[in-house]
Amino acid sequence: MTPGSRLYVLDSTAGAGSHVLRSLAETSDDQLGWANGGTARTIRRTWLDTFDWRLYRAGLTLQQVLRNGQAELVLTARDGELVATELLPASPRPRWPALVTQLPAGALRDALASAAGIRALLPVARAISNVGELQALNEDAKTIARLAVDRMAVTFPARASVPARLTLVPVRGYAGQAGKVGRAIGSLPGVSAGGGSALEAALAAAGVRPGDSAGKSTAVQLAPDRPAAQAMSDILESLLDSMEANVPGTIRDIDTEFLHDLRVAVRWTRSALKLCGDALPRGMASEFKPEFRWLGDLTTPTRDLDVFLLGYQDMAASLVGGSETDLVPFHDFLAAARADEHRRLVAGLRSARFNHLRSNWRAALGDVRPIGRLTVAALADAKIAAAHRSALRTGRAITPSSPAESLHDLRKRCKELRYLVEMFGSLHDRAQLSQAVRELKALQDCLGEFQDAEVQRAEIRGMADQMLAGGRGPAPTLLAMGEIVAGLAVRQSRARAQFTGRFADFSGPASRNRLAALARTARPARTSRA
Amino acid sequence: MKILATYNIKGGVGKTATAVNLGYLAARDGYRVLLWDLDPQGAASFLFRIKPRVKGGGKALIRGHRSIDDAIKGTDFAGLDLLPADFTYRNLDLVLDAARQPAKRLAGLLAPLCGEYDIIMLDCPPSISLLSESVLHAADLLLVPLIPTTLSVRTLEQLTEFVAGFNGHRPDILAFFSMLDRRKRLHTQILQDLPTQRPDIATSAISALSLIEQMSVHRAPVTAFAPRTAAARQYRELWREAREHAGLPDPHA
Repeated sequence: MTPGSRLYVLDSTAGAGSHVLRSLAETSDDQLGWANGGTARTIRRTWLDTFDWRLYRAGLTLQQVLRNGQAELVLTARDGELVATELLPASPRPRWPALVTQLPAGALRDALASAAGIRALLPVARAISNVGELQALNEDAKTIARLAVDRMAVTFPARASVPARLTLVPVRGYAGQAGKVGRAIGSLPGVSAGGGSALEAALAAAGVRPGDSAGKSTAVQLAPDRPAAQAMSDILESLLDSMEANVPGTIRDIDTEFLHDLRVAVRWTRSALKLCGDALPRGMASEFKPEFRWLGDLTTPTRDLDVFLLGYQDMAASLVGGSETDLVPFHDFLAAARADEHRRLVAGLRSARFNHLRSNWRAALGDVRPIGRLTVAALADAKIAAAHRSALRTGRAITPSSPAESLHDLRKRCKELRYLVEMFGSLHDRAQLSQAVRELKALQDCLGEFQDAEVQRAEIRGMADQMLAGGRGPAPTLLAMGEIVAGLAVRQSRARAQFTGRFADFSGPASRNRLAALARTARPARTSRA
Repeated sequence: MKILATYNIKGGVGKTATAVNLGYLAARDGYRVLLWDLDPQGAASFLFRIKPRVKGGGKALIRGHRSIDDAIKGTDFAGLDLLPADFTYRNLDLVLDAARQPAKRLAGLLAPLCGEYDIIMLDCPPSISLLSESVLHAADLLLVPLIPTTLSVRTLEQLTEFVAGFNGHRPDILAFFSMLDRRKRLHTQILQDLPTQRPDIATSAISALSLIEQMSVHRAPVTAFAPRTAAARQYRELWREAREHAGLPDPHA
């Protein structure tokens, strides 16, 4: 919305608004008149955002506006102020979903890049508007404000009609006179001043709430005295929701984050079953553990190749001896392998086994009843403490001569601890929680850097073998891949050197006490399991 | 940002009609245009139905006590704003005289607007004064309406010599025949001869048409209320030439 403009919404009884406009015409006197601003226009809008509402969260609204056969992308801030626009060529026009990198280069793409990141932009709502305009004229018949009357019908995500929206835009230098016009409009029966953006109105009419953490594994709101079994069921059901929310996007391959978020939900589920399975009905965890392991393994090859491809530009740019063109056959190999693996993944996600897992798991979670008197607060306390002890024990056993495998073990323990801390996050003091997570993350980053470099080195070697055997690995490419492996080895040894300091911070009294205090913050009287 | 000024020492030669029509055509081409009606008579302001009044008067603007931004009014045409005339502009010479570097004061005032406008069009009062000197220093292109008479040609020569004497920035000059009456032998003679003698004469010319005078009845540019007429065509042709002369890109290319 233009700065200084005012929005009015007709209430549901105001219908298409024609009687309001008639009333407006009657407000004419010798100081204020109205003129028709010309033929009404039809505007087709498609609002775009990432699956997890990154633009909305960043206070941005992106819409593709189609009028008179001309398509334009318009990016505005939450207050309606224009950030950037981009006229779209008639051909090729972006097909949604699309990554930001697929948009025409320019200010709009630059403004979107940091907010959307690697997530694709996809339609979140569509509407057709019939927009008429009236001009408010002063005693000199000078236009002092324009009143746009927007009659909008939502066509996606559900068909719905939206109360007509009136936007009064003062002409520059006439804010005072336009203010009087605004007050006249606001006083008409059936008209309310204010209202959300057109996107918010469209989504509200379609019954969608923007900004929902779609597909993200986040802490479920838990009451500390909730029976542990039922709390675990709540958590696991939320994780199943997250998995299912990400399956369509993973199958359609909209962007790589769908698979990433699907894997996060699977990992949280597996950790919950491993660490807190004893809080669930007997036999439940052991029954489903192998199935979630299968699901995790199904997703790993595609994700590993995604990681390579997402980091490819940086890898290529890091070459000193080789050139970026040397690496092109490697990119082609990665892309082809990724396409193959994605086909396998899709087959797995469409398989009867996966469908059974979903339905059986949901049914089993629905059947969970309280077991004994163990509360979720007591469970969280005990499990976080145990995972913390385990991480400290594993870390303290690591010496400079320990094999890579020992750091990998510690990484797994730290991940489990992190999942527990975050999974039970709603029970903890928010400030304590974020500080604890920050400290844990510092150690995890170091371990991740070490382990990822270890795994990627091995994977690149394996891919080099395959490329050579298949006649797809010319010498310059293999040499460039060797340079990348060497770079990974340097990164790995740097991470190894950092480890001692990072672990010392993590195992120091401040961090230790913080983690120990976490579960105590919201815990009711401890009760024992029957 | 390019600063264009319609200027002539003589009055009633079509400066305001040119500024108003070229401003409108530039805005219609997608340029963001500000027209400053510097003439205390306020003809351009009248044509856009805007009251010729600036709070604090010209003195407050020139001295920087009042922001130019606050005085700008939107016209009824998208992309075209107006800085209205004010009767106190008749004293701008005195105000400028009291300012430091009076000849460059106008350019300094307009500089902050460069992010907001692509073109600033100055509609100058008829005179040779400190104000017009300040305009000549600020402008990138002077559009000089020229009634095809011997005295007018002499005035153009004086202006060219005056501008040639500037140190540093000198505006380009594009003179064009205005209020042309092809029934008059002197008009046709000068129309034929002068362009062969001077390279700064536009090939387009504006005829003395009653429709242009009717702008004051319609209170709008003739290019807006009668776009299919000869008058509108002539202004469009003049705008094309002025745009090219000012080095502004063709929006239709």
